[in-house]
Amino acid sequence: MTFEHNTLDQVTTWVKAGHVSDFPEDGGSSILYKDQQIAVFNFTTINKWFATQNLCPHKKQMILARGIIGTQGEEQTPKVACPYHKKTFSLETGENLNGCEDSITTFPIKIEDDTVFVGLVEEK
Amino acid sequence: MARIVIVGNGMVSYKLCEKLVEKNSSASITVIGEEPRPAYDRVHLSAYFEDENADKLTMAPKDWYNGNGINLITSEKVSQINREEQYVTTHTNAKYEYDYLVLATGSSAFVPPIKGVEKKGVFVYRTIEDLEMMMAYGKKASSAAVLGGGLLGLEAAKAAIDMNLKTSVVEFAPRLMPRQIDEEGGLLLKNKMEDLGIDILLGKATSNIEGEEEMTGMAFSDGTSLDVDMLIISAGIRPRDELGKEAGLEVAERGGFVVNSLMQTSDEKIFAVGECASYENMIYGLVAPGYDMAEVVAEQIANDNKEYTFTGCDMSTKLKLIGVDVASFGDPFCDNIPHYPISINDKKNGIYKRINVDLEGKKLLGGILIGDADDYNMLHQMFINEMALPPHPQDLIIKSSGEEGGAGMGVDALPDTAQVCSCENVSKGDICCSIKDDGVTDINGIKAATKAGTGCGGCLPMVNNILEDTLASMGTVVRKEICEHFPYTRQEMFDLIKVNEIKSYTELLEKYGSGGGCETCKPLVGSLLASIWNDLILKESTIQDTNDRFLANIQKGGSYSVVPRIPGGEITPDKLIVIGEVAKEFDLYTKITGGQRIDLFGARLNDLPLIWERLVDAGFESGHAYGKSLRTVKSCVGSTWCRFGLHDSVGFAIEVENRYKGLRSPHKLKGGVSGCIRECAEARGKDFGIIATEKGWNLYVGGNGGANPKHAVLLAGDIDKETVIKYLDRYLMFYIKTAEPLQRTAPWQEKLEGGIDYLKQVICEDSLGIGEQLENDMKILIAHYTCEWKAAINDPEMRKRFTHFSNDDSHDPTQKFKRERGQRFPVAW
Ligand SMILES: Cc1cc2nc3c(=O)[nH]c(=O)nc-3n(C[C@H](O)[C@H](O)[C@H](O)COP(=O)(O)OP(=O)(O)OC[C@H]3O[C@@H](n4cnc5c(N)ncnc54)[C@H](O)[C@@H]3O)c2cc1C
Ligand code: SF4
Ligand code: SF4
Repeated sequence: MTFEHNTLDQVTTWVKAGHVSDFPEDGGSSILYKDQQIAVFNFTTINKWFATQNLCPHKKQMILARGIIGTQGEEQTPKVACPYHKKTFSLETGENLNGCEDSITTFPIKIEDDTVFVGLVEEK
Repeated sequence: MARIVIVGNGMVSYKLCEKLVEKNSSASITVIGEEPRPAYDRVHLSAYFEDENADKLTMAPKDWYNGNGINLITSEKVSQINREEQYVTTHTNAKYEYDYLVLATGSSAFVPPIKGVEKKGVFVYRTIEDLEMMMAYGKKASSAAVLGGGLLGLEAAKAAIDMNLKTSVVEFAPRLMPRQIDEEGGLLLKNKMEDLGIDILLGKATSNIEGEEEMTGMAFSDGTSLDVDMLIISAGIRPRDELGKEAGLEVAERGGFVVNSLMQTSDEKIFAVGECASYENMIYGLVAPGYDMAEVVAEQIANDNKEYTFTGCDMSTKLKLIGVDVASFGDPFCDNIPHYPISINDKKNGIYKRINVDLEGKKLLGGILIGDADDYNMLHQMFINEMALPPHPQDLIIKSSGEEGGAGMGVDALPDTAQVCSCENVSKGDICCSIKDDGVTDINGIKAATKAGTGCGGCLPMVNNILEDTLASMGTVVRKEICEHFPYTRQEMFDLIKVNEIKSYTELLEKYGSGGGCETCKPLVGSLLASIWNDLILKESTIQDTNDRFLANIQKGGSYSVVPRIPGGEITPDKLIVIGEVAKEFDLYTKITGGQRIDLFGARLNDLPLIWERLVDAGFESGHAYGKSLRTVKSCVGSTWCRFGLHDSVGFAIEVENRYKGLRSPHKLKGGVSGCIRECAEARGKDFGIIATEKGWNLYVGGNGGANPKHAVLLAGDIDKETVIKYLDRYLMFYIKTAEPLQRTAPWQEKLEGGIDYLKQVICEDSLGIGEQLENDMKILIAHYTCEWKAAINDPEMRKRFTHFSNDDSHDPTQKFKRERGQRFPVAW
């Protein structure tokens, strides 16, 4: 799997992920779109939402949505820690923050009328 | 610009490159290595068995060489040296000219000329490829033998046993590790290896390896034989000096390029370093001397410095074999040197220590440590630095109970010149400087600033002691702050939460923290909140580790295991049937645990509430196997059935387990109750153990199994049940309040100043006057107990969380299982 940091202008499809209340405060849950698993995080403390791939690149497990989220460093980089071995990834860039794992793909996300949408790049 | 060609890309070759880069050498460097990948950490080769991850072992990736202007050529073997015209040629006939040539060709495993060694199933243990072949072959084998009972052989044996093979070690000498340890030590080590399930055959000369194409066994010269499917040869090393012979370089009698103290071979344009170099007729089969040699060459190439020379190296070793501590330093035997040996041979606990002291009783000459090598670093330092011995040298190896570290001296006694990390040659002074002058305050900082502990890592405990000692001497209080979000220790957090009646993580972060929290502080606060208020852990589920968040233990493949509580290990047939039915319906793998209960593996997230609904209906409660909390209280059958039993151990175990079930603590807690001194419940291997006596019960505390087994020590003897409970209430609460995060009772107890005697005063004599308070705190926790699973399945909001997808009811479609021995397993990752 190659990772990408998908940006807003690349988005071709906005996928409806669910109602805001489907995602626990300061936590995550995954959604299924076609055969893709996407982790959606509701980072209440800093009032932001994030979406990334659900697969942890370390042991190739569909698990990141169940990880603990937090911030790191003076820049307060938002991150998620994989429940298995505590590999942490930036929720903004997808970069692995504590090792040399591959980066993870991140997706743009938006909230409209309490509905969560994840922006995907689909080949036409 | 000088052209340097380095032959071989092993650990020492890499270290030389690193040093040349560090010293800003202007030379143009070409490295030619025969292995397919850049240099990797051979010392930790066995780690490859665990995860088959070669990247982790890599010293530096190819990019590093490129980025530093080093031309690295892999999979290419140098086949000839032309000294006259100063070039080398490789097996593909490529030609590389040099001004200086460095031979870093290492060594290969020595394969003795035994009939049949060419058969399939015979391996050596040196490269990643060797391991890969061994692992592939090991899958169809059921037994393995290791030829050679030295340092490496024992490591190979451990690897074989980890591959689930029936393992034997065959040694020619009459004892194990004959070069490092003496007879008594060898005997103890043999017992310890046998405890690990490894057979030890001593005094055996192998005469033939039997079998047709594939080996099937070994025959020995004494007429005996051994049926075995594969053989790992670990009978010593042979320096790879073949290039020198042809080129007319001087080669030592026992192999290796002869070098002087500048690492020059008989041709001054050609250096040799590492395991292929013979200095004063000695091959150093360790990595640290090789690194030292690399420094000598780097100084000459980069700084034209001929003052820095190699003067030989200390061969002290600490075996990194998991499960048994073995170390030797200096001259372990002192066969021809006048000395006094001082030794203890504690057969009960499997500890043998010997030190050799000079006749005046002033200096250490060497020693051996088996079963407990905690003092190795300190003793080794005392030896190297020729430090004066304490008035009673025996104190160095005899620990009085409760005291930490027997070596009778603290790190402050070490001179600044003491070499603490031998891999990277870092002295105590270097480390202190980085702390005092550069403001380093933690281990990672020291690693970055000095490189200490980045090699084998054996020196880290000592580095840590120096760090704490130096910080303390600077008046800096060594505080173990939790993480960047909370500038407090665990105990301070405990008080903050309690005194200010904080009930949620968010509230605490707002009032006392900063930033957005992290995976360290969130679960820690979760555990503290539970320890103080015993509130439902699910209320703020996203601060919990996944196990606590989903009230089950996550396993490979993203499934969970389910462990219902079976207090004291007593269960009715009806309840057993329910477990069986549930396991069958949800296709769960079942296994009996060491704590006398039944573990059900492979539950999918979406099924967890359904499974628990059935279990709760049948009267089961959560077993808290997922939490840092009380697990089980194991019991023997006791006086109700056993003819030796003095009291009802099962009944008491059930009572105690039910009392503390759900109790959240810094780490998991286990207990045991035995009906008599025979101790069938192995209660002394638990955090608390209760053993029946003629007059009542003995209460032991602070034991554990696991990697570092510890026996619990007696807190109070011949006390009645009520007193047992009272003391336990106090003990557990005191532990919960004052321990570090993830610290089990044994290390906590050891770190307490005053040790067990102090603990006896606080718990039994109430010297701090907090006994009643501790008991009350415990009462509150007990009163607040609710079964977390019962609460979860009855609350629709909580139930909602047990789905893999929030927009779809299906299970995770990527989960894969296989079937073996009639049960369902996850596929390996
Ligand atoms: C399983 C195991 C455990 C060990 N544990 C410890 C330990 O705990 N502590 C410790 O100090 N030491 C330990 N050692 C020893 C340590 O690994 C060696 O001392 C160290 O690797 C020596 O480094 P080197 O660079 O001299 O040789 P090597 O690491 O062997 O490197 C030599 C390289 O040169 C290559 N080469 C040889 N000839 C040619 C040629 N003609 N052309 C091109 N390339 C060539 C080889 O293929 C090899 O890659 C252990 C070794 C093993 C195998
Ligand atoms: S990193 Fe190194 S040998 Fe190694 S001394 Fe320090 S710990 Fe050893
Ligand atoms: S510990 Fe004593 S009472 Fe318990 S089973 Fe063993 S022998 Fe019997």
